Amino acid sequence: MMIIRSEEEIELIRKSSLLVGKTLAEVARNIKPGVKTNLLDKIAEEFIRDHGAKPGFKGYNGFPYTLCISLNENVVHGFPSDTELVDGDIVSVDCGTYMNGFYGDSAYTFAIGEVKEETLLLMKRTKESLYLGIEQAVAGNRVGDIGYAVQTYVESFGYSVVRDLVGHGLGENLHEKPEVPNFGRKGTGVKLHEGMVLAIEPMINLGGRKVVQESDGWTFRTADRKPSAHFEHDVVVRKGKAEILSTFDYIEEVLKAK
Amino acid sequence: MAKQASIEQDGTVIESLGNAMFRVELENGHVITAHISGKMRMHYIKILPGDKVKLAMSPYDLTKGRITFRYK
Repeated sequence: MMIIRSEEEIELIRKSSLLVGKTLAEVARNIKPGVKTNLLDKIAEEFIRDHGAKPGFKGYNGFPYTLCISLNENVVHGFPSDTELVDGDIVSVDCGTYMNGFYGDSAYTFAIGEVKEETLLLMKRTKESLYLGIEQAVAGNRVGDIGYAVQTYVESFGYSVVRDLVGHGLGENLHEKPEVPNFGRKGTGVKLHEGMVLAIEPMINLGGRKVVQESDGWTFRTADRKPSAHFEHDVVVRKGKAEILSTFDYIEEVLKAK
Repeated sequence: MAKQASIEQDGTVIESLGNAMFRVELENGHVITAHISGKMRMHYIKILPGDKVKLAMSPYDLTKGRITFRYK
């Protein structure tokens, strides 16, 4: 039932995932106060198509855009629109590509201009929790171990983990088995085997864990309208240490140079 | 892109309907009919009105559920 990938397949997923990282870097280059989010969507789509790939989200279950752009209290699956980014926003940009028959999927949360201290900390700790989750993605562990690592870390700061949305397997389809929740108990859930490819994506709220879906049928926002952060990596389960296929290096290079 | 989780909720049993079916009130106030999961039936786990239970639900039919756990 669980899909074990061969090395060739993993290489192809890595190519797609790296392209996502480069696309997000391209977005990072253009992200600033006053930019309309649908312009970022256009930039990303052109960049992906120039590199011989297809946007992974466009058309997925009817999703109409290349990027999921979710501002502040929006958790994930937000639509790009003609709203302008404002100083003090945080914006989660989730991007997917489809190339050589395999998907790549990664997300990063950007701070626009001067952001409140508590929100910056939320972003930093969400990112740290992602890496703690990845540490647990080793052969012999279970899916619950990943969730447990993420949950205990962020809840120690009083944040909460979104329950209604989870990470997933990745490969020929954007969403595959197993589901990878960001909460859980140690030693429960599906056993991890070497060669499984997972997308781990903690979505962490500053306030309560409840989320509601907007009437557009896609956008999720926090029920208490407090900000939410979201980071995502594609990883391969290995013996001893998980291997990360996607990368934030390109993004962070751009952000540093700014 | 995040995947939508299969919906899992807690509720309280308010009435036994026979045939391993129950009427359950969810935490959000909705009342649905739910049956015991096959695994729980295999292990003869009895459920009485007033018990707190965990339910698995499908996003497509929010009027039915499957009881997957009975809290002590």
